[in-house]
Amino acid sequence: MATDSASATDRGALARIRGRLEGPNTIGNSRGFWLGFAVAVLALAAFPVVGSGESFSLFLVLALLGLSLSLVWGYSGVLSFGQVVFFGVGGYTFGVVSINFPDATGITAAAIAGVVGGGVAAALLGYFMFYGGVRDVYVTIITLVTTMAMHTFMAQTAGSEWTIGEAPLGGFNGMPGIPLLELGIEGVASFQFVYNEMSLLGLFAFDPFYYLALALLLVTYLGLRVLVNSDFGRVMVAVREDQDRTQMFGYDVKRIKLLTFTLGGALAALSGVLYAARNVYISPPVFALWFATLPVIWVSVGGRKSLLGAVIATIAIEYFRLSVQGEMALVVLGAMLLVFILALPGGIVPWVAGKLSGSAVPVSELDDADAPGEVSES
Amino acid sequence: MVNGLNLAFQFLDSFAFVVLAAAGLAVIFGIMGVINLAHGEFILFGAYATTMSVTNLGLPLPAAMVVASLLTAGFGVVVERTIISGFVPNWIGQRTVGRDLIEPLYDRLADSMVATFGLSLVMVQSARILFGNSIDTVGTPFGNVAYGAFSYSTYRLVLAGISVLVLVAAYYLFTRTTFGTRVRATMQDEQTAKALGIDTERTYMLTFGIGSGLAGLTGALFAPVLSMQPTLGDQFLIEAFVAVVVGGPSVVLGTALSGGVLGAVSATVTNLTDSTTFGRIALLVAAILALRFLPGGITGFIERFQARRREEE
Repeated sequence: MATDSASATDRGALARIRGRLEGPNTIGNSRGFWLGFAVAVLALAAFPVVGSGESFSLFLVLALLGLSLSLVWGYSGVLSFGQVVFFGVGGYTFGVVSINFPDATGITAAAIAGVVGGGVAAALLGYFMFYGGVRDVYVTIITLVTTMAMHTFMAQTAGSEWTIGEAPLGGFNGMPGIPLLELGIEGVASFQFVYNEMSLLGLFAFDPFYYLALALLLVTYLGLRVLVNSDFGRVMVAVREDQDRTQMFGYDVKRIKLLTFTLGGALAALSGVLYAARNVYISPPVFALWFATLPVIWVSVGGRKSLLGAVIATIAIEYFRLSVQGEMALVVLGAMLLVFILALPGGIVPWVAGKLSGSAVPVSELDDADAPGEVSES
Repeated sequence: MVNGLNLAFQFLDSFAFVVLAAAGLAVIFGIMGVINLAHGEFILFGAYATTMSVTNLGLPLPAAMVVASLLTAGFGVVVERTIISGFVPNWIGQRTVGRDLIEPLYDRLADSMVATFGLSLVMVQSARILFGNSIDTVGTPFGNVAYGAFSYSTYRLVLAGISVLVLVAAYYLFTRTTFGTRVRATMQDEQTAKALGIDTERTYMLTFGIGSGLAGLTGALFAPVLSMQPTLGDQFLIEAFVAVVVGGPSVVLGTALSGGVLGAVSATVTNLTDSTTFGRIALLVAAILALRFLPGGITGFIERFQARRREEE
């Protein structure tokens, strides 16, 4: 991760790492970017000293959800409203397993089960859609309808027949009493991340969960950068730009979409696990229409073809949405979305990056690939 | 017998709900390629306008409904000019900085979705700020029909009748009038339509106005039976999308057929399980299966079937 601190001794290794992180599919391939990136990471690491890391960790967790949609939509062209389904499946799976096995080993297994569960759910839905020949807007609608079906279903699980082991699903009231996140092996080595104040030199009290979320976000972001700049990432982008042509070149488009969708689902589920662990609670509104729309908004505003855009926009919009109280907040947020999407359809971060690098190509031309108008000409 | 009647009423109820919810959206989505996530809020607009015309202005209910539909249509035209087509901002842009500020949202599904979601946030919250968390409802007219131990609101039957009327009127408008021909030409091939002298800008504007007016009518018709909250539009949105997409490319016929099929599924399951929740889940699952196995929707399937028959002959 310390790719920018170029020390003379292992220059070759560093250059190799940087080479894998950089490419045409990500923004920020310059030395200046990595310098700014390091400053941003340090600022985030130091943030709990001045602000409340406990509430800020929510935005870091949701940024993972934004990243999952950026991967699926921005890089493979599959607009999914279903990321919250996998988010919710991850959270609920984590809740059910951890309530049944409330010790460190059990909770660690629950976190893994949640991520795997979300991935499996995404794989099943993806197989059902992509191998059935469902494309474009129909994929979007199926994922949207799946979200609504989950919402309706989970909201009626109030009865005692909807209890899995010790864990009642709780209907609309949700599932309280999820144990505090403790990772490790019971009796050998384990550490509790939630509500466990850590102090540094007896001066500051830290919330370790914040650092867990930050570390996971950092690893995920860098990992996805490597992925989208790899050969597989190039094929993903090819699928986004022209599915039929990519197929003509001999790539298995369905498999690529299924793999990306599954990975995106697992990532959304990781976000869901952390969300449930952070709140020690999860309830059906995670499947609600407005929550399903949020990731699409974050990614659109930030710039869907940019992983960095997804992270920045998620944190910024959620921070704004939750910190600005009062009845005008939603009006301002709605108006902001309208203005941004109309004036900067490519997203803010690619626009800023274009301005900074002095690129002559206007953002509107970069974004034209998404307009279905040109498809009809072929 | 009694159970059969129950089933029939439930079917009419679901049918009317799906068709009326979808009518306005079918026109906007099917013809303009704009996913209008503020569709529910257009319905809200119609419902509030109706209720307030009755309670504040003392208009009789049918007149209030007409006024509300027209108001919503007008509002729709304003939205189309300022947001969807970008005519107003671009006009201002031309005057001030000498270039267009935004591009039209036609056929830009994802962007239109985000923009209209922003609009829906603004509308819901504005309704809450202006009118509070709920407003008084107008009573349901017409009383009940009773059979055996059950009774059923006559107004709901009227709604089913009106939904059929709306379909017939839309079918007539889009297939039997010059305006309808223009609209369908624009939908099939905008460039050629323009070359043949059709003012596509105006067609889009009017289409959006008609779609909004239909949404307003839906809100007006359901105003007496719903509780008047700023979020009342939410319950229409999903069913509307599902019906439009399951219906397929032939907008009016598709909405009628998917209203019939989805209404039947929902009514049957509701009747069997005695729970509207499971009826709704069945409707959603039926929609997912329909999209998976009939990728062009119901009317797309019929068209393919007919094409195959013609080939065989």
